[in-house]
Amino acid sequence: MNHLNEEQLVLYFYGEETGVPDAAGHLETCSACSQVYSSIKRVLHAADSFAAPQPAEDFDARIWERIAPRLPARHTFLTAPVWQWAAAAGVLLAASLAGSFYPTPKPVRTIAAADPQTGERILRLAVSDYLDRSQMVLAEVANANPRRPLDISVEQESAEDLVAESRLYRQTALRTGDAAVAGLLDDLDRVMLEITHSPARLTPAELEKLRDKLDNEGILFKIRVLGANVRAQQATAVRASGAERKS
Amino acid sequence: MTENTQDAEDVVQESFLRAYRQLGRFDERASFGTWIYRIATNCALDMVRVRKRRNQAPVTTEQPGDAVPELPSLDPSPERLTLSGEVRERLAVAMNQLSKTERAAFVLRHYEGLRLEEISQVLECQPGAAKHSVFRAVQKLRRALEPIVSPVR
Repeated sequence: MNHLNEEQLVLYFYGEETGVPDAAGHLETCSACSQVYSSIKRVLHAADSFAAPQPAEDFDARIWERIAPRLPARHTFLTAPVWQWAAAAGVLLAASLAGSFYPTPKPVRTIAAADPQTGERILRLAVSDYLDRSQMVLAEVANANPRRPLDISVEQESAEDLVAESRLYRQTALRTGDAAVAGLLDDLDRVMLEITHSPARLTPAELEKLRDKLDNEGILFKIRVLGANVRAQQATAVRASGAERKS
Repeated sequence: MTENTQDAEDVVQESFLRAYRQLGRFDERASFGTWIYRIATNCALDMVRVRKRRNQAPVTTEQPGDAVPELPSLDPSPERLTLSGEVRERLAVAMNQLSKTERAAFVLRHYEGLRLEEISQVLECQPGAAKHSVFRAVQKLRRALEPIVSPVR
């Protein structure tokens, strides 16, 4: 067998395809190649000392604080005509009532119907809360130690609730013509369903598969963006209603 | 890639803003992770380019007296710490001498663990070109570091 060249040894180090059948076997028996390979290994291990330091614990929050004010507000799902929000809020309240969420159903239902702006505010709060809870479930999976099995029974319960809730928001997004948001909620739903249907205790391999899915779809990032938009809309609405009251 | 924490944070911030603005252009056929990497790499390269144009030395946020990064060892003797510092210094110089593409390809392969195929997508080049960039980078680093990491020293 011919010797491995430097490029093939570098590829072998990184576990890439070398194009050499049984490169490992050759390295065990050929001292010349093994010597060059050791030298490459030494240099590349030394290069580890140049690795970027781990970001501080508050890194995500700090970066997000810097980004959030610079994100422009979107003008579809979140700025839908008041009646659409109100209708959706009405459905939301009805759904909550059906689940005995509110102990005194009648007055609440009347408020939502009589005051579209209140309905709108309620729905925004609900969407914001829904996105926060989704984020928490996904973050738990994304930040788990990939080498250990993970118990996701608590997250599964939350995911189940979230799936039940999401239909309304998706319908609102579709009604307001925001296919992108509806699509995101759809993706989110699929991920939540996958979590719900996974075993309660994930093996490292199952966890990795799930994390790959999250990574590939960039779902956490998209949720954060949408969440920031909803919060911005909430703040704008609060300011506007304050100004209205003053005048 | 940026050589200091502050610049790295700026790159992260800029990358996410760019990603947000270009979200509509995200082609679902590619992986979202690769797409974000591409944006972040471009942001980092832009920053390096601007800094070079201004002929600015990177701002080091580390204070004098900060701990010298150690090579993995169970015996952190003073000699070893000195050697670690020397390796780091030489490595910094050698990394600086890599071309932008070599540096990006090496960082993505060595530190970020991306496969060559993914690196080629991030750098928008052929897989062969990505492979060559990683290889050239390793060659250059070997030339710079071999004399001090060799066991005969």
